[in-house]
Amino acid sequence: MGAWYWWTLIGMAIVTYIPRAVPLTFLEGKELPPVVSGVLRNIPYAVLGALIFPAILYVQEGNLLFGLIGTIVAFTLAILFSNLMVIVLGTIGVLAIYSLLF
Amino acid sequence: MNKNSFVLGLKAGLSIAIGYFPVALTFGLLAKTSGLSIWEATAMSIFVYAGASQYMSLTLISKGVDPILIVLNTFVLNIRHFLMTAALNEKMQSEKRWIKGIYAFGITDESFSVLATRKEEKIGTSFAFGVALIAYSSWVVFTAVGHVIGANLPQFLQAAMSIALYAMFVGLLVPSMRGNRKVVMLALIAAVINGFFYWTGILSTGWSILVATLASSIFVEIIYVRHENRKRISEKLKGV
Repeated sequence: MGAWYWWTLIGMAIVTYIPRAVPLTFLEGKELPPVVSGVLRNIPYAVLGALIFPAILYVQEGNLLFGLIGTIVAFTLAILFSNLMVIVLGTIGVLAIYSLLF
Repeated sequence: MNKNSFVLGLKAGLSIAIGYFPVALTFGLLAKTSGLSIWEATAMSIFVYAGASQYMSLTLISKGVDPILIVLNTFVLNIRHFLMTAALNEKMQSEKRWIKGIYAFGITDESFSVLATRKEEKIGTSFAFGVALIAYSSWVVFTAVGHVIGANLPQFLQAAMSIALYAMFVGLLVPSMRGNRKVVMLALIAAVINGFFYWTGILSTGWSILVATLASSIFVEIIYVRHENRKRISEKLKGV
């Protein structure tokens, strides 16, 4: 790759950093209107919904069943256990066994 | 720096590090096959640190797309972080701006999710540094490792590990859903809207997640504010 690669990389680094840093630094110490902070408090749970679905179904391209099994296992483990590591490693474990068998 | 809370942060970020492992490894491998040297590949993980953008850039680079377009696409893909860090700011302990500017670099979909769903009222700066550092280290180190070994995990393990980050998201969401209808509604509505955009192909992934999240958060807030107002009015009437 030539010098253009490094310029592209610098550009990518800047446009990735701006959305991360601007709100955290500019909003520091600012009191937002209750309506806005109410909406912002909802964001984490809405984001999780959107991050999970439907992407979780497509973790293995062209194998919907795999994603479906993963979804069911992850939700089942999450209902049974609250420990994050148990949920993550447990789901990986079940899917590893599944893909070894089928 | 609070050492104890930093260590707790490292622990809380461990599941991100595990989830990043196969993704970063594959990125390193793909970067190599796309013709990037180990320095070029690892530098991207060090300075950009954004999974989806990095994967996208490999595709665009190998197609010979104009670098300006690559940068623009990266920005579009990351616009949603404006929303996430604005939300996170409400939960973070007050801190000097330059220090927040440092850990801000470590905010990804995953570290945001881990931080923003914490039960405590305010999150300490050291805790955020812990979460960010372990996730970032995994991303950078395994990018390099993927490039060096130039091979992937055994197929069954690679497939199984591709679920890791999603299992983590589920593990963060479900406990918060328990006994909290608002959380259930927020996640369900956002998921449905995002699914709609995905299957109709109206919006690209970056925009889709942003719009679905914002729409769900605003909609649910309106419902709850109305609900509370009505309750207050009926209580007042009863009082009379």
